[in-house]
Amino acid sequence: MRSDRGQRAPLGLKIAAACGLLFLHLPILLIFVYAFTTEEKSFVWPPPGLTTQWFAVTWNRPDVWEALSLSVRVAAISTAIALVLGTLCAAAVSQTRFFGREAISLLVILPIALPGIITGIALRSAFSLADIPFSFWTIVLGHATFCVVVVYNNAVARFRRTSGSMIEASMDLGADGFQTFRHVVLPNIATALLAGGMLAFALSFDEVIVTTFTAGQQQTVPIWMLEELIRPRQRPVTNVVAMVVVLVTLLPILLAYYLTRDGDQIAGSGK
Amino acid sequence: MTSAVSFKQVSRHFGSVRAVDAVDLEIAPGEFFAMLGPSGSGKTTCLRLIAGFEQPTAGSIFIFGERAEGVPPYRRNVNTVFQDYALFPHLNVLDNVAYGLMVKGVGKAERLKAAEEALSLVRLPGYGARRPGQLSGGQRQRVALARALVNQPKVLLLDEPLGALDLKLRENMQEELKSLQKALGITFVFVTHDQGEALSMADRVAVFNDGRIMQVGTPEDIYQRPNTRFVADFVGSSNVLPPDFVQRYSGQHRWGSLRPESIRVSSATSGDGVAARLVGTNYLGATTRLALDAEGLRLHAVVPAGTSLPAEGEAVMLTFNRDSLHLMDETA
Repeated sequence: MRSDRGQRAPLGLKIAAACGLLFLHLPILLIFVYAFTTEEKSFVWPPPGLTTQWFAVTWNRPDVWEALSLSVRVAAISTAIALVLGTLCAAAVSQTRFFGREAISLLVILPIALPGIITGIALRSAFSLADIPFSFWTIVLGHATFCVVVVYNNAVARFRRTSGSMIEASMDLGADGFQTFRHVVLPNIATALLAGGMLAFALSFDEVIVTTFTAGQQQTVPIWMLEELIRPRQRPVTNVVAMVVVLVTLLPILLAYYLTRDGDQIAGSGK
Repeated sequence: MTSAVSFKQVSRHFGSVRAVDAVDLEIAPGEFFAMLGPSGSGKTTCLRLIAGFEQPTAGSIFIFGERAEGVPPYRRNVNTVFQDYALFPHLNVLDNVAYGLMVKGVGKAERLKAAEEALSLVRLPGYGARRPGQLSGGQRQRVALARALVNQPKVLLLDEPLGALDLKLRENMQEELKSLQKALGITFVFVTHDQGEALSMADRVAVFNDGRIMQVGTPEDIYQRPNTRFVADFVGSSNVLPPDFVQRYSGQHRWGSLRPESIRVSSATSGDGVAARLVGTNYLGATTRLALDAEGLRLHAVVPAGTSLPAEGEAVMLTFNRDSLHLMDETA
């Protein structure tokens, strides 16, 4: 039997729940606080003083802008590639039957199940074997491997819920293949693609391991942060960047959650 | 006169499965035509061949005199009402109905007006703003019908159109579909496994089995004069009588069929007739269905409710009019 909706939870449970939430989110708040500290060499608690000067410092550092721009470009292009390939693959797997369908489904999902370090090493040796110099495009390729999975999973779940006869109905009513895609298929999978695309973007944006193996001398935002933490100079700049990144990525994630909450799991969001 | 739909030796094989096998078929313009058969008999594949979702492996199909092979569904003047209705969930009812006109490039005002008219035709005026998800099964069915009819097809295909509706609604829809077809004069081709539906609605019925047409005829032909044991048994569960039995009553050594309602049951133990034993009764409301055992031959009789019946296990005498014994063409 279901418990009454109006029933109050016991106090102990409430406290436990609050502690859990605090454990998850206090460290993030701490990052925000350190963005305003006056101490630049190490993180001391409590902060000796508060200042907003680090925002100006960050704004004027070209290395921050380079890293941000690289990350945004990599994430945007890997997401675009993933949207096209992931949707096509999901359509093939869910709408038709062919030999090896299950195997393909598994192979597509595998990159997200494999530890990133394996993917990274594999790609690195493949690139050097093929004599491909590390560049912007090698990072994009590395990121696309797991971005495709996220889009694929979201699209395949939506395709499974979509009645196959809808496409036939559209053709029957006089729409050719392109019109059917534009007026029937796309509107039905649009929110799933948006959600998958946003997750892919977010995953690519904070990827470290695969990137370290596939990037040359270039730094994406996460790699730049790791470097920054090693040298004790203008430490709060890292926190300012972190804060901005958290706020900027939170919005699309929330949006993706609201778009797909009726039924679709946001697959791969755990990575 | 040109047939609305014409099949000439049409086959559709899926690997070694002969879904449709060398079928010849002529459907007249303005006809209400039923394809009746058990599941897997090829009737739905025939419908999909007309719609263009399947292409024949061999043979040729003509729709109003035009060759249909290789013509994609969107270039045929044929529309389908799907078994699951296949309404577009992201569009409201009016846009669903107007879809066919939209993709053909009809202007917005004009197509919405036509869609509204089509909704009135299926008695759903004013439902345009709703989403398909907010409608009942019967209403969805009507929307699917309006969506197909708004394109003014030459042939309307209906795939088990009433399968998902409850009994009362099904009976209403049967009458309504029939009067709609009469009013519009469009050729209707519908697929069903329900023999009652086929007999009550169609002008002519084709009975399918194993990818072949067993018999084509008016409902009366099919019901009263089945030409094979399969048709006799599938349409109205007739008693199929073996040649030896038939010979005793007609003098001819052929398979025969006898409708359950043609058999009279009396508790007399002597006199003319077939001696049998009553082995079961099945109360059906208006009628009672009796299971009988005549020297090892299992027969069924249907008698009006209220007839006084002997008890189960008792000996009875069966009589029937010689005229109601139908001899089938099938060789013994």
